[in-house]
Amino acid sequence: MLVHSRAGKWGTWALFLLLFVPLFAVPLLVIVAASFSTNWSGAFPSGPTAGNYTAATSGDSLQALTTSLVTALCASLLALALGTWAALAAASLRKPGKRLLDALFMLPVAVPSVVVGLAVLVAFSKPPLLLNGTRWIVILAHTVLVTAFAYQSVAAAIRRLDPMYEQAAASLGARPAHVLWRIKLPLLLPSLTAAAGLCFALSMGELSATMMLYPPDWTPLPVQIFAATDRGSLFTGAAVSVVLMGTTLLVLLAVSRIRTRASYR
Amino acid sequence: MTGAAAGPAASGIRFDRVSVAYGGNTVLDRLDLTVEPGEVMALLGPSGSGKTTALRAVAGFVRPASGRVYLGDRDVTDLPPHRRGIGMVVQQYALFPHMRVRDNVAFGLKARKVYKTETATRVADALELVGMSAYATRYPRELSGGQQQRVAIARALAVRPGVLLLDEPLSALDAQLRSGMLAELARLHRELPDVSILYVTHDQVEALTLADRIAVIDQARLQDCGTPQELYRSPRTEFTASFVGNANLLPVTVGSGTVAFAGRDLELFTTDATAGATATLCVRPHLVGLGDGPNALTGTVTEVQWRGSTHRLYVDIGGHRVKADLRELREPPALGQKVTLHFAPEDAVLLPAVDQSAPEAVTATGGAHG
Repeated sequence: MLVHSRAGKWGTWALFLLLFVPLFAVPLLVIVAASFSTNWSGAFPSGPTAGNYTAATSGDSLQALTTSLVTALCASLLALALGTWAALAAASLRKPGKRLLDALFMLPVAVPSVVVGLAVLVAFSKPPLLLNGTRWIVILAHTVLVTAFAYQSVAAAIRRLDPMYEQAAASLGARPAHVLWRIKLPLLLPSLTAAAGLCFALSMGELSATMMLYPPDWTPLPVQIFAATDRGSLFTGAAVSVVLMGTTLLVLLAVSRIRTRASYR
Repeated sequence: MTGAAAGPAASGIRFDRVSVAYGGNTVLDRLDLTVEPGEVMALLGPSGSGKTTALRAVAGFVRPASGRVYLGDRDVTDLPPHRRGIGMVVQQYALFPHMRVRDNVAFGLKARKVYKTETATRVADALELVGMSAYATRYPRELSGGQQQRVAIARALAVRPGVLLLDEPLSALDAQLRSGMLAELARLHRELPDVSILYVTHDQVEALTLADRIAVIDQARLQDCGTPQELYRSPRTEFTASFVGNANLLPVTVGSGTVAFAGRDLELFTTDATAGATATLCVRPHLVGLGDGPNALTGTVTEVQWRGSTHRLYVDIGGHRVKADLRELREPPALGQKVTLHFAPEDAVLLPAVDQSAPEAVTATGGAHG
């Protein structure tokens, strides 16, 4: 939307703030405020205290942070590998095959994640594929949930990739595998890192499927937050939430710093 | 050299009744064409004529519905692109944006697993050949269009292909650079006399300047094929005459020794057509003179265009529009003025009125023409 008049510009800004502040900013600020407080009965919380953070960065919570990070890292890398592979395969298929793959990879997004969690639980609770009670079932469920997003963003990037690079490489005598590793993947790298970041963030925040599956020794951070608020430790829960938020943002920032030469195109 | 594209690079291209169809739509119809080793063949035609499809069939990016493609004596119709041993340069250059100039040029050699020391020498040689040695460590985005073009040519030549495919290589450059690159391409061909070049273009000047022979393609068919001089001086079809050199095409009736046009008898040197038949008279606009002379025709000026060194007059003669390119006139005629044009009998070519729907495609092998 193009607004040219000065009054119109101010009006647009005012509207933006009116919508953005209550919907997005205030809830997050409330969490941050709560994480520093001991009691919140009036309009403003009382405190401030750093005590909640001592609890949020030690013992079980620290363990849960490590669990979340490892789970998200494994799930996002697996999802990236699978999603990229499938997207590359889909690109070489004819239309019906491409539609089928698109639909298949949409499934985990369309199906509620609780259902995905239950499905994974039922499917992997009996030998020979007995994963129930291990950390692998959590990582597996997260991978299933986020692969759809990896597939979709990589598939979109492949559609935008000009086939002339591939053809130029082939005409120079490069085998398809050589073209993939030396031309296509490097050119797709910016999209691949973006997809990995998205998967990582989604996995870090996943709760509903995880609740169905997590073994006692593999409690991710969102479960920890839920448990804390459930037993009434609202302010500890807020502090753990801020830790989760901060860690995820830090990792996303780091991923976005992976600039590639191709992204300077 | 080892790797997938082993063997000496074959020179020469042969299309053997090659047809290409996209979903029932024939974009190339039974093309028969031979490019001799070391020859520059221009595929000339308007956009959508099928000329690029023909090039892509040689490169292996489209599969002929029927017919065979040969490189040298080798039938490559069923080979994937990377095993054909060709060099290709496209309109948008397609330099790999994430590689330096040096690595772009080395790409084909590395893909063929050429030894490192030899790769280095050949990359240096190729860059030297196109005058881009000083830019070896730059990225493509740091180069101008003309420089990118040179690198693309170096990259295609570094693998020492027997066949070089150029797909509208100059159309992304501005006019001044284009004429410079044209001279450059001519020089390259003199330095690499064994390489066959297939040059796809819609620009007749590029084709006339560079090509040993020109294949004129229109509506998926080969219309004409011959040396630039042959096509320019004695075109065989109306399409060639108008597309190459934008000739005047006048409908005439053949008489005995003369042809009749707009109620006047014109003298020609070539009147091998039977008397009474209808034919098309082809006269180049720059061979038409102003004022009285042999084959004088009088008409009304309908448009005057000043083109710097020339004046283009459009003159209505008996309902037909005749173009004349005249050396810049001191006092150009006014619109509506009566003028007399003339042309020498030896400057006109008589084209038989061809049935355009004739099923027989033009066959061009070797130097056959007319």
